[in-house]
Amino acid sequence: MIKNISNLGDAALYCDFGSKVNKEINSKVIQCFKNIKEKNIEGITNITPSYNKLIISFDLKFTNFINLKKKIENLELKEFVNTKNDIIKIPICCDKKFALDINRLEKILKISEDKILETFFSKEYYCYMTGFIAGHPFLGDTDESLRAKRLETPRVKIPKGSVGLTEQFCNIYTFESPGGWNIIGNTPINVFDKTNEIKPNLINPGDTVIFNQISKDEHERHYD
Amino acid sequence: MKDTMTKSYFEVMRAGINTTFQDLGRKNLYHIGIPFSGAMDNRNFILANAIAENKENIPVIEFAYQGPLLRFKGEKVNFNITGNVSFNLIKKEEQIEGNCYQNYTLEDGDQLDILSTNKSVYGYLAISGNFDVQFQWNSCSINTKANIGANDGKKIEKDQLIRILDSHSCNSIRKLEYINSKIENIRVIKGTNFNYFSDESKKTFFEKNFTVTKLTDRMGMRLEGPKIENIVDTNIKSEGIIKGVIQVPADGNPIIMLSDHGTIGGYPKIGVIISADYDKLVQITPGSKIKFKLVELLEAETLFKLYNMETQNILNKLK
Repeated sequence: MIKNISNLGDAALYCDFGSKVNKEINSKVIQCFKNIKEKNIEGITNITPSYNKLIISFDLKFTNFINLKKKIENLELKEFVNTKNDIIKIPICCDKKFALDINRLEKILKISEDKILETFFSKEYYCYMTGFIAGHPFLGDTDESLRAKRLETPRVKIPKGSVGLTEQFCNIYTFESPGGWNIIGNTPINVFDKTNEIKPNLINPGDTVIFNQISKDEHERHYD
Repeated sequence: MKDTMTKSYFEVMRAGINTTFQDLGRKNLYHIGIPFSGAMDNRNFILANAIAENKENIPVIEFAYQGPLLRFKGEKVNFNITGNVSFNLIKKEEQIEGNCYQNYTLEDGDQLDILSTNKSVYGYLAISGNFDVQFQWNSCSINTKANIGANDGKKIEKDQLIRILDSHSCNSIRKLEYINSKIENIRVIKGTNFNYFSDESKKTFFEKNFTVTKLTDRMGMRLEGPKIENIVDTNIKSEGIIKGVIQVPADGNPIIMLSDHGTIGGYPKIGVIISADYDKLVQITPGSKIKFKLVELLEAETLFKLYNMETQNILNKLK
């Protein structure tokens, strides 16, 4: 059962799972996403899971809000117990060249660069969702001592591979993109592979990400 | 190169602005961060293929403001242009001022000069046949942000060749009388964060004009006008968005999400453009004023049916 469904415009359903952000609620969202996807319901053109919402867009030529809402509300949800989530290792170089906002974070968080990095690398991160730009993962939760707001004026261009922090989340910019997260390093790994149509994203919702620190040399060698 | 390929091609002598291959776009990829893309003005895309006697979802060339200058080499092929576009067909002996919604024949050495879109943004060039383009996730649509689609996901550039895979001839003149009507108001349904805004701003949003700014492209349309005041929170927890969503960031200037939009956004949504008005919205040029009109869901659904029927009626005239 999915409750709390409203309309987002005339061609999308907005399923609300509350205002909290945690792994438990997000797992429910992902379960619903998988269930609906598997049913191949006529008219659905996209399903977007996020922290605590699920947006289902549809083609008005084939269905409408009321009809699809009924279908989704009455959907029997099965548990995808066997779905294996991957553990993905992502190397990051935190050299000054890449760590664009490390000094800003030192000031805001009032802890040293070494301590920031030590704390950051000591945790595993859960992938809540992917999107914004292709393959871009939203990961969490960072340690409470590392939580800072976005930049007041977002950068126009953040280099591809940049790893950023904001609030309880961290991310990886899969392409050069505008953005306002606090950048602490860069990965040479390709997180999105457009040539792989089956599984273009290296990191998918539900996966665990472990970051490890590499040197500038190792970062350079990775790009071949 | 494929065996079936004709030897015909276009040589791009001038690329034009934002010239890309587009079709109906790609579905079911929002969850990995890939938007629909596809032709911005859906009706003009459909008409271009219909006049060309193509199937509905055949790649066409979309351009904005100024189109490309193309030199054609090879066997005869028919083409047509849709939208509100000025173009010339330059032949050895003569120069023909072209009309939209009508097919013409290109012969070896002819040039097609797509000069401009008039009081509109997007125009479409379809040939009777197929361009030689790559498909990703069943669509050729170019998304220049993620470099997905035909042409390695990049805009069409000067000096490149656009090869024609196959063409079918139609000798009869195929022609439509169609005028892209202007729209008084852009109709909007309340967004999921409508109550984040002050009563004053909720009124202003539907009463005052907004200006379309130059910061407008296939991803989004940025507006300027009376500042929309947020009284709850200028950020929400990031969540899925769809095309047509109107987000209002902290600066109070609305941004409308268009076909290449980011799939996830963290700004409150004041409204969503109704599906029936999307084609007309994307054709509004920077500097123009727009006004929003509030409608309810049922009315929006009826308006979409009418829009769809109208498209069908236009197509029926071709048969």
